[in-house]
Amino acid sequence: MCMDAMLLTEVEPLLNPLTPVTYRVVARHVETGDVVTLSLEPTSGPSPFSFKPGQFNMLTSFGVGEVAISISSAPGAPGPVEHTVRDVGAITHSLCTAAVGSVVGVRGPFGTDWGVDGFDDKDVVIVAGGIGLAPLRGAISYLVDKPGRTGRVYVLVGAREPDQITFPDDLKRWERDGAVVKVTVDVPDSRWWGAIGVVTTLLPTIDFDPARTVALVCGPEIMMRFTVRGLVDLGVALASIRVSLERNMQCGIGWCGHCQLGPLLICRDGPVFDYSAALEKLISERER
Amino acid sequence: MTENIGELVAEHPLFSGLPVDVAELVGGCSQNVAIATGQLLLEEGEPARSLYLLRRGHVALEVHEPGRVPLVIDRIGPGQAVGWSWMFPPYRWHFDARALEPVGAISVDADCLRAKAETDPAFGYLLMKRLAAVMLDRLQATRIRLLDVYGRDVAH
Repeated sequence: MCMDAMLLTEVEPLLNPLTPVTYRVVARHVETGDVVTLSLEPTSGPSPFSFKPGQFNMLTSFGVGEVAISISSAPGAPGPVEHTVRDVGAITHSLCTAAVGSVVGVRGPFGTDWGVDGFDDKDVVIVAGGIGLAPLRGAISYLVDKPGRTGRVYVLVGAREPDQITFPDDLKRWERDGAVVKVTVDVPDSRWWGAIGVVTTLLPTIDFDPARTVALVCGPEIMMRFTVRGLVDLGVALASIRVSLERNMQCGIGWCGHCQLGPLLICRDGPVFDYSAALEKLISERER
Repeated sequence: MTENIGELVAEHPLFSGLPVDVAELVGGCSQNVAIATGQLLLEEGEPARSLYLLRRGHVALEVHEPGRVPLVIDRIGPGQAVGWSWMFPPYRWHFDARALEPVGAISVDADCLRAKAETDPAFGYLLMKRLAAVMLDRLQATRIRLLDVYGRDVAH
């Protein structure tokens, strides 16, 4: 046997991280006008991966391209694995319009997670802006459903308009199951009776103990920066804040460098990061 | 237990932590009011004569337009204040403010408050610092809203 053949034989049983596994779209739920949740099951056999809340997969729309999408279901939840996609370009449009029964490619899971296993006695303040609720959805469900937790869960959600609020049924369910859930919109309509303003304005309205609080923040980076400032102003330690960043992830495993941010490769070192002064400097860098 | 109006003023977040005599000065210009659902607290173009410190209920800040339902700009609730146009000429309301439910508030007479601030600059400075801090918060929140942050996505 030649050396190449030996290598192939040894490598083949492992999943090649660059080769997508085919999954079938078994359900498609329109969350808002441009956001769709796809429920995926492997085309054959059991799901080949387990994941933690906050990790992402690379989803392939065959013939169109591949894009990093957060897993939006909770780990261990029964049924198919869910990914929530916002239609913002050719690839995501193709995924958002994928019909039930169609086949997409899945690589992953990749990246760091929210670390929710270590929060049992902590209050957890979760701040999501827009589609940023999707990467947090699995973490929230996990925390709300986990027996024996003593800390409280606060879910603060900001959306542009009332009809752009994602996962309304989950928000109701989390509140019913003990979480404090607050939603605010930038632009209300005549039927909106909730809060108005950016999501940071909700922070002073919740009663939590900053000394025993962990904060998970996901949304546009400007929103995250302002949210972190708001949390710190209320006494939350910078080291107790985690954010999820997004860049142009392509390989998912730190090989290609497309998602580089300073010394970081977001797909490998993130997407979930402990917030720090150094990270703030990176995401606040001015374009010259 | 019945509280006097100065104590109620001192309990409101806008004036909490101020010296008792300062709260009493504001209290001297104040009265408790109850506003029914749908009633306007402020009416665009009308003279601005009161600062409302909300204690119960919510108020919508609105712009009206003929033939359409009012456009809601903001919603203000207990612990917040509504009505700033009394501070500077021409002392007219810029927006409507409508009670969305039964509202309990402290109505502070603006002429009285301005007069006390003019005659007692130390009080006036304390008052302006409190009011300016709230207005700065509102201005910054409004500016961030203008960024339309949730709509910013990279195309993929």
